[in-house]
Amino acid sequence: MLENIDLSLVNWSRAQFALTAMFHWLFVPLTLGLSFIIAFMETIYVKTGNEEWKRITKFWMKLFGINFAIGVATGIILEFEFGTNWSNYSWFVGDIFGAPLAIEGIMAFFMESTFIAVMFFGWGKVSKRFHLTATWLTAAGANLSALWILVANGWMQNPVGMKFNPETARNEMENFWDVFLSPTAVTKFLHTTTSGYVLAALFVVGISSWFLLKKRHVLFAKRSIVIAAIFGLVSSVMLVATGDGSARDVAKTQPMKFAAMESLYEGQTQAPLIAIGLFGKEHDDPMNRSSEQEFLVKIEIPNMLSYLAFLKVDAFVPGIKDLVLGNEQYNIMSYKEKILRGYEAQQTLKAFKEAKGVDEAEYGRLKAKFDDKEWVENYFRYFGYGNYYDPNPEQLELNAFKIVPPISLSFYAFHIMVILGGHFMLLFMVVLWLIYRKKLETNKVVLYTALWTIPLAYIASQAGWIVAEVGRQPWVIQDLMPTMTAVSKIDTSSVMITFWLFTITFVALAIAEVRIMVKQIKNGPKEGGHN
Amino acid sequence: MFGELSHLALQQYWWVIVSLLGALLVFLMFVQGGQTLIYTIGKTNMERTMLVNTLGRKWEFTFTTLVTFGGAFFASFPLFYSTSFGGAYWVWMAILFAFVLQAIAYEFRSRPNNVFGARTYETFLLINGLLGTVLIGTAVATFFTGSAFSVNEMNQSQWELKSHGLEAALNLHNLSLGLAVFFLARVLGLLYFMNSIQSEEIFDRAKKHLIINAIPFLVFFLTFVIWLMVRDGFAVHPETKEVVMEPYKYFRNLLAMPIVLILFLVGVIGVLLGLGASIFKADCTKGIWAAGAGTVLTVFSLLLVAGFNNTAFYPSTFDLQSSLTIQNASSSHFTLTAMSYVSLLVPFVFAYIWYVWKAMNNTPIDEDEMQSDDIHVY
Repeated sequence: MLENIDLSLVNWSRAQFALTAMFHWLFVPLTLGLSFIIAFMETIYVKTGNEEWKRITKFWMKLFGINFAIGVATGIILEFEFGTNWSNYSWFVGDIFGAPLAIEGIMAFFMESTFIAVMFFGWGKVSKRFHLTATWLTAAGANLSALWILVANGWMQNPVGMKFNPETARNEMENFWDVFLSPTAVTKFLHTTTSGYVLAALFVVGISSWFLLKKRHVLFAKRSIVIAAIFGLVSSVMLVATGDGSARDVAKTQPMKFAAMESLYEGQTQAPLIAIGLFGKEHDDPMNRSSEQEFLVKIEIPNMLSYLAFLKVDAFVPGIKDLVLGNEQYNIMSYKEKILRGYEAQQTLKAFKEAKGVDEAEYGRLKAKFDDKEWVENYFRYFGYGNYYDPNPEQLELNAFKIVPPISLSFYAFHIMVILGGHFMLLFMVVLWLIYRKKLETNKVVLYTALWTIPLAYIASQAGWIVAEVGRQPWVIQDLMPTMTAVSKIDTSSVMITFWLFTITFVALAIAEVRIMVKQIKNGPKEGGHN
Repeated sequence: MFGELSHLALQQYWWVIVSLLGALLVFLMFVQGGQTLIYTIGKTNMERTMLVNTLGRKWEFTFTTLVTFGGAFFASFPLFYSTSFGGAYWVWMAILFAFVLQAIAYEFRSRPNNVFGARTYETFLLINGLLGTVLIGTAVATFFTGSAFSVNEMNQSQWELKSHGLEAALNLHNLSLGLAVFFLARVLGLLYFMNSIQSEEIFDRAKKHLIINAIPFLVFFLTFVIWLMVRDGFAVHPETKEVVMEPYKYFRNLLAMPIVLILFLVGVIGVLLGLGASIFKADCTKGIWAAGAGTVLTVFSLLLVAGFNNTAFYPSTFDLQSSLTIQNASSSHFTLTAMSYVSLLVPFVFAYIWYVWKAMNNTPIDEDEMQSDDIHVY
């Protein structure tokens, strides 16, 4: 069945979506966090009436505006791409996935776009308090939009609250609250937004450190650092806590992603966590790969992975091989069996469609299967695996190994994200300590570190996206729909053209954005309010 | 409350909401229309700055309405989303590019070190104003003229022409709506300039160009509407759900739904009143409101004509039975119910937009404001 798939179309469509999503995600985290930092600053201004705080607020607001525009520009593409490039997906899950997107528009985008106009153009036109309210509502709107898109994403990673309707050949929502309050959605929202807060705090601390290094606008820089570092420290504690929750959720709902994040081939009890690891030469034969063969360098923390995943040091963490080949001892079904069951579910749907209007008795019997909870739980839940079916048993076994995400990319992305997350928390502590001791201005090492941590924040943020989205491959909807079947049936050449058009546009916009941003920063707060 | 409604009632409710969003989008495209007139109306840098800034304070409403229109369509009629977006790929991609360029153009235009220069960003605004209006108008016209696609028994759709949507722009009936929307957006843009900027020169030039743009608008709009009234439409048999071609279907829809007919006529009169008052009365600055409300009513009623009274709202010319109706393309009863509760927020959203709009537009933009130290200027 795999031979019916045009893989070049799938890969170009994936590349286009990844390009857009990753480019969008360069700008969104700063919007999420900076909106709150600005709101804190303006609150102090309104409370104290001190014009210096207004100057500080307006400087960061200016940078916020430049960043915001490009985030909006790329956001619209993502929404439309669900339809243009993933039309089968749009139908198969549109009944559930569309709702959060619509709510995002009605609830969040209008709030954001209405009040951002007051934030930028309302100085002097509306009262101070109304202006401050608008700034807070802009922050709330931005974060609400993150909520809804992450609820949608969480559902793709862990589909809940729905039932398959064979008549319409799609999944239909049964329980809104199950979708909205799914632990996957909740942890994803909290972890992703707090990562944005940390990035924004690092952005403010880093740029302010540059002013301190240049001995310009010292009071402005120190005040900005205090606000951002406190916000950053609180956020990074939340980031670690939600990251921990998120990892546990992945271990439970997406065990293959979890195994890939740690490159764990053979499952084990008392599994160690790899703190630092470097891969050697990869082996081509998936059947004979092992964790030990993979690494050149590996530093482990004993028992930590078992504890991280299941809060028990002697818990069994399944490895890639356990998941693909099955493990009777731990009651893990093999992918081969899942493929066979998924194939049966797909054939049942096909037979149901063929029986419609032809054989009413057969039609009724097959329809009843989709209402039978036991059949749904034992067969339909593996629906997507059916796409890997092959009548040749040997090929089928090999196909099972195709349901494994890219290991090294998932592993490195996860470890880079975690290591950098630790660095960020430490940096906020050091900065606050030095501010408290009144020694920050003279500590060039810390100031330079803060400055150069800005790009690291972006790397960590992108790495997080890779862990979430590459780690779940080949699924677009976990276990139900592989990415390859979600794609729109268009010519590969069309997607290639739009991919390159987007690439050229994004590169041009990014160059303009960075140059404008750098110029505004160099101008400093005095010139930052307008021009 | 909503849970007790029938599936059909919910489908109709959501078609009304989607139609309303579409209607508001067309009105808010005064931003796009205005963007195509920056150099026609603005003769000095200061004048152009005022024009860009008055539009720049509203562009996000249009953008957000477009995004919400897309999101609401996805949530309520996902088969339309998958069929049209995945099929008419090039039309939607061109629209997307036009809006991507717009989103950064305002913010980057007057910033130092913006790499490409203010003219480039103004050209982006022009491209957005031109492509955005013509293509959205053309795409909406296919609701009446149809497209070549098929939908299989698994509800997976396939576009049957290699041009993937570009063919829609070659259909004269589609194009008449695309151009009508373009000139309407320009007319509304001019009316908005007259309303929101304190400058005699801009007011006089806008008034002069109002006539120049109103004539082609009326020609293209009447061409579209008359053609629509006399053409065959895609009718759905209420029992068998079979789709057949019916003569004068859209005209009959208007007659079958007198309220929609009244809305349509009131809308057209509103647009004409707004235009007439602004052209013939000496200092009329309020024309945007009559013309804007008229636009909303006209577009709203046209979209109701497309989807109600047993009509296929996204017809297939390749396979009539693949045509999409509000019944076969919709979300489930549960999802529409859940979304209907969310829709209760809409009046609240309108209320705060209205409040903020009034607060921000209390005093028209003038040169002093553009030179003020206190505000953000594009």
